[in-house]
Parts: sequence; structure tokens; C-alpha cells
Amino acid sequence: MSLDRPLTRNVRADRSPTDMAAYEANGGYQGLHAAMGKMAPADCLKTIQDSNLRGRGGAGFPTGMKWSFVPMDDPADAPGSNKHKYLICNADEMEPGTFKDRLLLECDPHQLIEGMILAAYTIGADVAYIFIRAEYVVATALLRKAIADCHAKGYLGTNILGTDFSLEMHVHPSAGRYICGEETALISALEGKRANPRAKPPFPQVSGLWGRPTIVNNVETLCNIHHIIERGPQWFQDLGLTSDAGTKMYGVSGRVKNPGCWELPIGTPIREILEDYAGGMEDGYKMRGFLPGGGSTDFLVEEHLDLAMDYDTIGKAGSRMGTGTMIILDDRTCPVGFVKNLVEFFSRESCGFCTPCRDGLPWSAQVLDDIECGRGLPEDMDTLARQVTFIGAMGNTHCALAPGAMEPLASGLKYFRDDFERHITEGSCHFHKEVHS
Amino acid sequence: MTMRQNLIAVLSEGEIAEIDAELAHVPIPAGAAIDALKIVQAHRGWISDESLKAIAQHLGMSAAELDGIATFYTLIFRRPVGEKVILLCNSVTCWMKGCDSLQQNISDQLGIGMGETTADNAYTLLPMTCLGACDKAPVLMIGDDLHEDVDPQSVAQLFQPGAEEQ
Ligand SMILES: Cc1cc2nc3c(=O)[nH]c(=O)nc-3n(C[C@H](O)[C@H](O)[C@H](O)COP(=O)(O)O)c2cc1C
Ligand code: SF4
Ligand code: FES
Repeated sequence: MSLDRPLTRNVRADRSPTDMAAYEANGGYQGLHAAMGKMAPADCLKTIQDSNLRGRGGAGFPTGMKWSFVPMDDPADAPGSNKHKYLICNADEMEPGTFKDRLLLECDPHQLIEGMILAAYTIGADVAYIFIRAEYVVATALLRKAIADCHAKGYLGTNILGTDFSLEMHVHPSAGRYICGEETALISALEGKRANPRAKPPFPQVSGLWGRPTIVNNVETLCNIHHIIERGPQWFQDLGLTSDAGTKMYGVSGRVKNPGCWELPIGTPIREILEDYAGGMEDGYKMRGFLPGGGSTDFLVEEHLDLAMDYDTIGKAGSRMGTGTMIILDDRTCPVGFVKNLVEFFSRESCGFCTPCRDGLPWSAQVLDDIECGRGLPEDMDTLARQVTFIGAMGNTHCALAPGAMEPLASGLKYFRDDFERHITEGSCHFHKEVHS
Repeated sequence: MTMRQNLIAVLSEGEIAEIDAELAHVPIPAGAAIDALKIVQAHRGWISDESLKAIAQHLGMSAAELDGIATFYTLIFRRPVGEKVILLCNSVTCWMKGCDSLQQNISDQLGIGMGETTADNAYTLLPMTCLGACDKAPVLMIGDDLHEDVDPQSVAQLFQPGAEEQ
């Protein structure tokens, strides 16, 4: 039993799922037994706060702090109340280049469920949803089975393990669209509406699903909970190599020898992840840059390889750790085409609510297409720069989708400016040579 | 005919029972709009105008409002689709690893472009956002099945008669 890789200790090489029996044989649901009736919700909250766990969905918001905003003297907490509080697991995972939650869901569904029961107990939620993208059919079936098994064991349902805590849990497959992963849009989708994000405040912690207090957390975040409750905040902090705590699911995709996803101490140097785990670049390819944490993070380059992969270090380098799954741009792939693919994606996925995103992103995509296809004009560089300023500024748009879309574009213009300009002066893409227009 | 009979004429008893079970979980009927669309789609493959109106009527909302919801979501089909939907990932890692030529292969083999359905109604080809399997790029789904590390050779086999039974 590996204590320094808690999240993947039940992950087998063939990625076969861990069922209830195997999960419990390896110490599963001990966290639940340890907490139920022995720790008050406030004790659990303090433990999570002290652990310094930060949300693994991309923004890195401290989990304990988020939970602390949920009103606890709410009428919903009174026995017999018919008002609900909600816990939602965000298993939408549609960020390009991100494939970490799938592994956790398919290999160890009970770890997530145990974490969710403890999270719900801490915030006083009586209804929990796992909002999962519809394409994750295998995980959906496993989670439904796992929930049924928990009911049979008395881990879910009324009076869990003889306490007065009760919890219903539902798996809710999405109907598609990347924006459903944004937490307030997710809540709109759960309410049966178009998935438009909502204005904050009010924050979901106070007024979320059906106007009731709601916590939305990422799969990986919730998978950490029972380990922390069981082993304590200090153990968790000691796992990290830097000031961040715990482990992180890191991934690498692109032209590397061994693309994949690994749980490593948070703060592992980027070079180590790329070389020791991903096996370095495929023969005949060189790395030109990489997005450290999914499609909506800024490019980093060679000079950043020795940085520690944690929230603050990557933030200081001008990017974001995001989801922790890196996408490698190699020297035989066109950076303009790479950025164009991403901006087209964000443009297509815009929910259409606000103008800079709805109208601005298709414009960016069009300019990038012009440049890539050899129709670019010198002034297009200024147009792109202006778009980055207007669309990329937080506060100009209703949610973070549009600013996220501008991150690879802004940093692409910075690091690969020569490639953009060469497309314009040569009237063609020097990676494809043939002129498409 | 009463409104209710009218509705039953379009939606089956089974569909109505499934929708009503969802209504128990939501404070207002419109809250089950997406669930209801998915239920009817699971039975019929897609949401016709007729189905849309019947669902809207059952949930006490206007058909226009329900259509606004239906057309927002990529996996609610407002046009008929084939028996299996092919979801080809066209996000950045799969793009670097050749999803465009994969699409060409599929199109040549099945004789359909993006968004089209084969004449025998077996397949509809659709683009899809990152399928969360980028370490195995390029990937696609056929119905519920994910296919990883697909190349022109292996993709040819996927659509051969009997390929699914292997
Ligand atoms: C456009 C957009 C898409 C997002 N998609 C996801 C997602 O698929 N999964 C996820 O966990 N968080 C996603 N997020 C972040 C969520 O809004 C939210 O911050 C997160 O689920 C909170 O969980 P955490 O505190 O555990 O990180 C997305 C955010 C934006 C702006
Ligand atoms: S930024 Fe884009 S996705 Fe977000 S609310 Fe505005 S239009 Fe919708
Ligand atoms: S980019 Fe295709 S699966 Fe992620």
C-alpha cells in the first residue's frame, strides 16, 4: 500500500476497475468509518483547511476555504428539514489535452465516492451529484454500480453508519458542451436550462443549485478528501515538494515517447515529468514549447523546464498549472495551426451569452485561419494583439472561457512571433508548404 | 381528444413513465427538460419537432423554450442520426497526431462528410471535443466504444461488417 501515491494506489497497470471488495481490502472506507460519529463536520473542515488542499479543477482555489463559505446554521441542517444543500462533483473533463479525471473515475470509483460522502458530511449536504460528460460511459456505469454497493453497505442513504447523517447520490450524465464544466454553467445545466454561466455573487456556496448552498469540486480534489481525513493535514502537506501540498495527477500528450498520466508529488520539476515519465521527445522531434495545464493555459518554453510544477511557480512564470496535463508543441507542428485549433475550439464552445466571447472568438479564429492559409496581412498581427487585450481581460467577459482562449494565443504571439510573421510574408504555411487559399 | 391523450399519442407510456420519474427529483417540471429530451432520444434516436412539442407540453413549457435548450447541447440531436454516431476527436493533441487525415479516411470509406449519415443509416460522423484520452491520440468513439491510437489501417477495420462483434 503506497502512502506517497494515495490517489493511484488502487490503479492497476491494466486499468481494470477496483470494486467494493478490493477497495475495502486495501483500506477503503476507513476514512468514512474514522469520521462518522467521531469527527464533527467542523473538525473535518478544519482538517481540510489545515491540509492546504487546492482545487484540482484548474484554478487552484483552496478547498477548505471554499467549503467554509457554506452556511452551517442553515434551516436545512435542522432535523426533518426539506431544504437541501448540495455537493456536486465536476466530472465534465472537456478541456483539450486533459485526461486525468478519466483515470481516477475508471480505475477507482469508490475513492471518489468516499471523498464525496466525507465532503457532503463536512458541508452538511444531503444530496450529491456527479456531473459527468456523456462520453464517459464506462465510468458512468462503474459509478452507478459503486453507489448501489454503498447503499447496500449503509455508506449512502439514510442514517449512514448509524449516525443522523443521510446522503443521496446521483450520477448525472451531461448532454454535451465544454461550458458545462464551468461551475455556475454546470448548475444551470443541472436545472435543465441552457448552460449559461451565472453572475457571482451570489456564489454557489451560498446560492447555487435551486438557489441553495452548493459546492462544486473537481474529481481529483474530492479523491484527496478521505486520505486527508484519515492521515491528517501534516501528512498531506509533507507529500508536496514545494509550498503546495499533496500529490498531483500530471499528464503529457503530444510527440513524446511515452504519453501518459502519473501521480507525482506536487512541485515535481517539469523536466522530470517530461523526461523520466513521458520518456522525452519521439525520435526526430524537438520540443518548441508546451501548455502546462490544458488548452487554456499560456505556453511555456525550454527555459522553464526546470521549474517546479505547482500553482505558484507556474503562475509566476506567466502561465497556470491548470489541470496539470501538458500538451507538447513539437518542431514539426505549426504553432499557428496549433493555436488556431484551440481558438476554433473555444469559439465553437462559447455559450453565446456575452459579446466579446460570442463575436470576438470567431473573429480571432478567422484571422488565425487567414494567416495559416496564407491570406494573412501584416496588420493582422495588431488585430490579434488587440483581441488578446479586449477578450483576454478578466472582467470583460461573463466567465473565464474567453480569457482562457486568449492564453495560448497571447503567449503564442510572444514565443512564436517569427512563425506568425513568416506565414504572412511568405503567404503560406512553412510547415505544410502547400497554399490552401 | 384531451391534451393528455394527445400527448400520449406522441410519447409512449414508457417514455412518460421515465420522464415522470425524473420529475420527482426537480422542484419545477422544466427542471427535467434535458432529462426528458435524453429519455425520448434514447427511445427514438433523435428529437423530432413532434417529440419536442409533446415533451414541452408535458413539462408545461413552450416548445420554443425547449428547443432553445435542445439546440444548445451537442448530444441532443434535432435531426435523425444513424444507428451509431462516430465522435471523432478534433482537439489539439489529436489534431497534431493526424485527426484530419483520419477524417478523410473515414469519409472516403463511408462516403460521408462531417455531420452526414451513411445511406444505409448505419453511421453518422460528428466532430467532438477532446475525449480525455489524449495520451492515446488520435481517438474516436463509435457508439459507446472508445478506440485509441487509431491509424489509417486500424480505422479501415473498424467499419468492416462484423467489426463490432470481434
Ligand atoms: C470554461 C470552463 C470549463 C471548466 N471545465 C471544468 C471541468 O471540466 N472540470 C472541472 O473540474 N473544472 C472545470 N472548470 C472549473 C470549474 O469552474 C470549477 O472552478 C471547478 O470545478 C472547481 O473545482 P475545484 O475547486 O475542486 O478545482 C471549468 C472552468 C471554466 C471557466
Ligand atoms: S465568456 Fe463566453 S462562455 Fe463565458 S459567458 Fe461569455 S459567451 Fe458564455
Ligand atoms: S485531444 Fe483528442 S482525446 Fe484529447
